[in-house]
Amino acid sequence: MTSKIPVAILGAFLAAGLVAPLATGVSAPGFWFEVLLGGLMAGVLYSLVALGFVLIFKASGVFNFAQGSMVLFAALAVARLAERMPLWAALICAVAIMVVLAFVVERLVLRPLVNQDAVALLMATLGVTYFLDGFGQTIWGSDIYEINLGIKREPVMVLDNVFQGGVLINRDDVAATVVAVILVGALALFFQKTKTGRALRAVADDHQAAQSIGIPLNRIWVIVWSIAGVVAIVGGVIWGGKLGVQFSISQVALKALPVVILGGFTSVPGAIVGGLIIGVGEKMAEVFLGPPLVKALDLAGGGIENWFAYVLAMLFLFVRPEGLFGERRIDRV
Amino acid sequence: MDKHLKIGLALAALAAAGSLAGEAAYAQQAKEQFFPVLVYRTGPYAPNGVPFANGYVDYLKLVNARDGGINGVKIAFEECETGYATDRGVECYERLKGKGPTGATVFQPLSTGITFALTDKSFGDHIPLITAGYGRADSVDGTVFGWNFPLGGTYWDAADILIQHVGKKEGGVANLKGKKIALVYHDSPYGKEPIALLQERAKMYGYDLILLPVTHPGVEQKATWLQIRQNRPDYVFLWGWGVMNSTAIKEAVATGYPREKMYGVWWSGAEPDVTPAGEGAKGYNALVFLAPAGQGGVHKDIIKYVYDKGQGTGKKEEIGDVLYNRGLTAAMMAVEGVKRAQLKYGKKPLTGQQVRWGLENLAIDDAAIKRLGFTGFMSPIATSCVDHEGGSAAQVHTWDGTKWNVQPGVYHADQQVIKPMIRASAEKYAQEKKLSKRDCAKEAD
Amino acid sequence: MFFRENGQFKSTYRADQQLLPILQDRVFMAGLVAFAFLVVPFVASDYLFLSLVIPFLILTLAAIGLNLLVGYCGQISIGHAAFMGVGAYAAYNLVLRLPFLNFLVVLVLAGFVAAAVGMLFGIPSLRIKGLYLGVATLAAQFFLDWVFARVKWLTNYAPSASPPPVELFGWTVDTPVRKYLFLLSVLLVFTLLAKNLVRGHIGRAWMATRDMDVAAEVIGIRPIYAKLTAFGVSSFFCGVAGALWGFVHLGAWEPLAFDLNLSLSLLFMIIIGGMGSILGAYFGAAFFVVLPILLNRIPGMLGFEMSTATASHLEVMIFGVLIVLFLALEPHGLARLWAIGKQKLRLWPFPY
Repeated sequence: MTSKIPVAILGAFLAAGLVAPLATGVSAPGFWFEVLLGGLMAGVLYSLVALGFVLIFKASGVFNFAQGSMVLFAALAVARLAERMPLWAALICAVAIMVVLAFVVERLVLRPLVNQDAVALLMATLGVTYFLDGFGQTIWGSDIYEINLGIKREPVMVLDNVFQGGVLINRDDVAATVVAVILVGALALFFQKTKTGRALRAVADDHQAAQSIGIPLNRIWVIVWSIAGVVAIVGGVIWGGKLGVQFSISQVALKALPVVILGGFTSVPGAIVGGLIIGVGEKMAEVFLGPPLVKALDLAGGGIENWFAYVLAMLFLFVRPEGLFGERRIDRV
Repeated sequence: MDKHLKIGLALAALAAAGSLAGEAAYAQQAKEQFFPVLVYRTGPYAPNGVPFANGYVDYLKLVNARDGGINGVKIAFEECETGYATDRGVECYERLKGKGPTGATVFQPLSTGITFALTDKSFGDHIPLITAGYGRADSVDGTVFGWNFPLGGTYWDAADILIQHVGKKEGGVANLKGKKIALVYHDSPYGKEPIALLQERAKMYGYDLILLPVTHPGVEQKATWLQIRQNRPDYVFLWGWGVMNSTAIKEAVATGYPREKMYGVWWSGAEPDVTPAGEGAKGYNALVFLAPAGQGGVHKDIIKYVYDKGQGTGKKEEIGDVLYNRGLTAAMMAVEGVKRAQLKYGKKPLTGQQVRWGLENLAIDDAAIKRLGFTGFMSPIATSCVDHEGGSAAQVHTWDGTKWNVQPGVYHADQQVIKPMIRASAEKYAQEKKLSKRDCAKEAD
Repeated sequence: MFFRENGQFKSTYRADQQLLPILQDRVFMAGLVAFAFLVVPFVASDYLFLSLVIPFLILTLAAIGLNLLVGYCGQISIGHAAFMGVGAYAAYNLVLRLPFLNFLVVLVLAGFVAAAVGMLFGIPSLRIKGLYLGVATLAAQFFLDWVFARVKWLTNYAPSASPPPVELFGWTVDTPVRKYLFLLSVLLVFTLLAKNLVRGHIGRAWMATRDMDVAAEVIGIRPIYAKLTAFGVSSFFCGVAGALWGFVHLGAWEPLAFDLNLSLSLLFMIIIGGMGSILGAYFGAAFFVVLPILLNRIPGMLGFEMSTATASHLEVMIFGVLIVLFLALEPHGLARLWAIGKQKLRLWPFPY
């Protein structure tokens, strides 16, 4: 319980950083609120990718570097299929594709590599990343593709009677949040209430114990990878609907890494809370901390959001080595 | 056979194949001019790399099909995928530089990063580097950068022309005082090039320059555009490439920044940059140099000699797109360089050193442009040993939701300001690299 | 038959502890080094040097460095390309600002700068381990990338660093053969250094920490000492490699030259090559440098007409498949394969 105090200190520090721009009058309240919202929106996306990471790590102990490529692959599939069929049909096809992918990965990657150490598994998923990047571009193409969700892009101004200048809100951001909340709710229900979900949790707690009471590990892996695939579809569609689908979105995975260390590799709530903290933190830092820093040190431009998330995550690790919600590890000799 | 033996054998086979690959001899044909083609048809920058490469290759094919080569010397070419990555670009360069009977003619990497690395090698290899509209701005100075040819314009020209344009909009550059201009740039040597000039101009005209770098590949721009919303600049200059361009326009829509006040460099103003943003891109402006969108005489020939024979590289509908045309023009200038050099050295395959003479004595005037079928797609170019640029004219074009409309008025960069900067920067480079300068007066013959 | 060690008796500890205790190995190694120095410069083409051999030599050096940390000390790092970058930028600034220094001195100093930065970013390893540490080292990667791009002083206010050609005692390292000989000598020295480090006191401390850090602590190895020296030494190697990568291979570079992909590639090299094996670093780097180029060219060599895009997509796909395949077939890497081959050779042609 001793770790509570440093956590509280770090939390207080972050909260202070959050309200500092308001308190010091650097920012108008309306704008501050917009940055907060922008950060939360980015955070939702990071959370979704991180969720895929966490699910797979929990169930199979694999640190899945390919999650970003899965997002790309899924988004490309949806975008290209939607050119030929209605969106809902494209989504269903994409789910089918991701399930097939899960089968293939389980058969050809996980099974042969069972019981190897974590770094080897990490590298194997890197191999999957390479494969998916090449394969996705071969069959779907490397251009920028559209996913038209039928949401207007022009922002709406709200709360202009509360804040001076109002607050800009995008409809697609709102839709994205709603979808993400529904997804997380559905996943929570699935894990708590269904038999498969309980089996998944059992596997996550202890592989050997789960196996000995008759839970088929291989099938569980397929299911988990399929769920991660579905999460990837949701993430891909949200991202793609906003900014278009192109090879580059596989890079979002990199932003999800600090999220999972912050939240803990094995914690679903950690992924979500971590995503939001990172999202808000990096946008706030970039907008409010960046310009003064640039001025003070005579730098060539800001861009501190590139590393801010990682440094934040590292600070957290110093305080809590197992992440915000991760399980405490005890070493025995 | 046991497992380990199998792996061992497979590795041995790989190694054997590897040594073959390195040493593979290439059939040497007597009368061929070899054009290496560095492309990127995959990865984050593929949407822009593909049309350029198609135009480039199509023109080479056209010269072979229509004219039977350059004055009878057939063009041979080979593509090499760089993925816009510097190390791959260097590998491609090493792979292709010795091919053909006389080695590579000229390299056009379409990447400022690769240009920086190849510039370093050009001094030893004596192969010219055409960087039409990109690369190092200071490489205009032929006395230091003996092998670089930023034909038709550099980023300093582009930045200067944009300042002139917005100055005109404000009713004179004097009115720029106190205005805010934000530069949203690709965080690489490419995006950083214009900063020096914009800062120089800011000192003269008194506007505030806000620098907003976007990290490769440029899909993360939320914070950038939040800062734009906070600072409310009067103009936004966009120095992006690949997916960064369309993302920027979409984020501008999402933050409600007027597209009419956004000006892209000539690499941020093609179809793949605006179409993904749909209606939102309407009103967005960009520079266009040399080749705007559309079709002219040369395109008719390409359709007739290349595409109708089923030899086309890309899709027929994409002929005449902005970047396609730019690829076409880039290839044309290289071919013209060879033609010019043939006048001096004879109608045979030429070496890179000989082609450099041709490129240094290029004179593509209006008559030549007409003869080549490029009327309306480029402005005249005349180079010399000292001046490797040969002219810097550009226009502004605006996207109306379906096509690019060129605005009237051709701008020329103010060389009064740029020339001293080029000289100083080239001087610094020569000093750092311990280069001896060429004496152009002596070389003239 | 040829690879027999009977009859080679060791009568002193010294003889027993030499680097290559078996006579045949010594002969083979001496032959190999002689071949590399005396034959290769005359037979290899410029292309082979510039796009295969030179990257191979430099990446091997970096891979040895990373292997000291990951393979010997058990600390994962996904940020070592950044330390290479530190070395490159440090060397660039040393050459620029202190032009009278000999390049060898510059290399060593650049290595020390990288080592200092590496130790700084190694501090989290005292508190966290495993994959968590791996992701934490990503902080080094992204933060240093950002520093290279943002601090204008580092690149002397130019958009990218482009140093003068390397000069050693009046000898300019510019032609491919000279570059090759120079790099080969550097690599040889560092290989010997690494080989001796890992079998000495410090290497044993690393390995004990790797095998079980709590147990290592119990037998009196200070984790701070073991982990931070591992970070320092490995960053030193990578810093030198980075300086060479920038000065000798690229000639001019931008921050992207030392990005995350390079870090992952290094990690990939030591895993394919064999963790905890100096030889493995050689194998891994060779595999990594040769394979993509080979894959890229095979269709052309076999006479397939294939668009550039398809060829490069195929290349990454096959590359990905091969990674998984290798991990599945030989998880201990190519070095292990080599060891097995040697073992078989001892019994050949009469295995029992």
